[in-house]
Amino acid sequence: MSLLSEMNERAMSLGIPLSVHIDVTYRCNERCVHCYLDHDDKGEMTTQEIKDVLDQLAEAGVFFLVFSGGEVFMRRDFLELVEYARKLMFNVKVKTNGVMIHEAEAKRLRELGVEQVQLSVYSHRHDVHDAITKLPGSLKRTIDSIRFLKSQGLKVTMSNVLMTVNRGDEAATHALAKELGVPYTLDPTVTPKMDGDTSVLTLRVEEEHLDALFANPDLVGSVEEFCKPPAPVDDDALEGYSCSAGHTACYISPYGDVFPCVQFPLPTGNVRKQKFADIWYRSPQMQEVRSIKVKDLTVCSSCSHAGSCSRCPGLAYMEGSMRGPSTSDCEKSFHRTGIPSANMLRKAAMASHGPLVQILPMSM
Amino acid sequence: MSETYIARSTAIAARMLGGEMMIMSAQDSTFFTLNAVATAIWQAADGRTPLSEIIERRVCVEFEIEPEVARLDAEEFVNRLSEHGILLVSDRPIPEITPGGAEAQ
Repeated sequence: MSLLSEMNERAMSLGIPLSVHIDVTYRCNERCVHCYLDHDDKGEMTTQEIKDVLDQLAEAGVFFLVFSGGEVFMRRDFLELVEYARKLMFNVKVKTNGVMIHEAEAKRLRELGVEQVQLSVYSHRHDVHDAITKLPGSLKRTIDSIRFLKSQGLKVTMSNVLMTVNRGDEAATHALAKELGVPYTLDPTVTPKMDGDTSVLTLRVEEEHLDALFANPDLVGSVEEFCKPPAPVDDDALEGYSCSAGHTACYISPYGDVFPCVQFPLPTGNVRKQKFADIWYRSPQMQEVRSIKVKDLTVCSSCSHAGSCSRCPGLAYMEGSMRGPSTSDCEKSFHRTGIPSANMLRKAAMASHGPLVQILPMSM
Repeated sequence: MSETYIARSTAIAARMLGGEMMIMSAQDSTFFTLNAVATAIWQAADGRTPLSEIIERRVCVEFEIEPEVARLDAEEFVNRLSEHGILLVSDRPIPEITPGGAEAQ
C-alpha cells in the first residue's frame, strides 16, 4: 500500500477532511455549453471570509486544496488567496481555463509552490473548442497559457469532456496534449445544471461511444484489466462506501455553502453562519451521507458491479435518491464489462411487463 | 565545531494527521510521513535554533533518547529530507521565508 493510500485510510478512520474543493467564484469569461453553473455573482465570499475559511480548513486537517470556479482568475484577489493557502501549507491544485494566465501569472503560481494546474481543452480544432466555450480565440489563449505554465516548470494537466459536439476529436486532442507534454484525461460525464435543468444532458454521447472509449489503452491503460468482469461481491465490498464524498472530502461554494462534493448538491451548512468543523462533524446531512454503506443501497447492493462500480452518490442524489443507482455509472459498468447492472435488469423487467391493470371485454 | 541550522522549506505541503506529520515536496512530489520524533525536529526547525539544541531540548528530553543515538538519528533524518529539498540546512541561522515571498520581517 502506498503512503498516500495509508494516509487516506487513516483520514477515513479519523474522520479528517483530507481534501477540499473550493470554488472561489462562479463568474466566468467562458460560457461552456455543458457547464452546470449559474455564472451570476450572488454574493461571493470576500477575501477575508475565504482566508478565515482556509484557517479553519487547516485547523481541521485538510491537506489537499483545489481552487476552482467559474474561472478563478475572475477574482482580482485570486493570487492573494493562493499565497495565503500556501502559507498554511496546503497542497494546492488550481483548475482554470487559462485564458487570463500570462507569463507573470504563471511565474507567480510557480513561486507560490502550486502543485498542479488543470486546464480544460475540448478539441484540437479552434472552431470546435471556441464554439463550446463561446469565447472566440479561447483555444489559442488556453494553449498559450499551458506553454507559459510549462515553461515555469509547473505540473500541468489537460482535461476534456467527451460530448456530442466534440465526439471524434478525442484522439487528436490527446495528440495535442502529448505535443504540449502534459497528461490528458477524458471524461464522458455531463451533469444536470445546479438549478435542476437537465437540457444539457442531450450533450451526453450515445452509449455505444463508450465502448470505443473503454477499449482505448491510451485512456484506460490495460484494457484487459479495465474491462474485466467484476469480482464476486464480498462482505468487505458491502461494508464499504461509494466514494470519499463526506468521508474525507467535501466542497465549498463561493457563497460559503458546504456540500459533500461538487457533484453532490446536498446542502449541509454554510461557513458564513457556522464553523466549518461544526458542519463537517455535526451536520445531520453529512452524517447521513457518511452512514450509507454499499449494503444499504436500494438497488446497487444486489448488483454484481457493487464492488467495482464508479457509482457517484451525487449523481444518484440528483436522480432522486442518494441510496439509489446512478444510471450513467450503470451504463459505464455495462459498457466496460458487457455485464448489465442490477438497475438495468430491473428496468428491463419492468418494461417487459404488461400494464398492471388490464380491462378485458366480458365474454358473452 | 560549527553549528548546524535547519529550516522548513516553503516548497512543500504539510499537515498533522493522527499524530504524524505528512509532507509532500512540491519539487518532486515525494510524499513523507514523519514519526513523533521526526515531527518534533521538524516543528522546531525554525532556522534560528541550532540542531544540537533541538536534539538536546526536544528529542532527548521529550523522548528519553541517549544524546549520541539522538544525534545520529537526527543527522540521518536531516540529510534525507534536505536531499528532497524539504529541509534547508546551513551553518548559519536561516532567515524566515514565506511561500513565494521575501524574507519575513
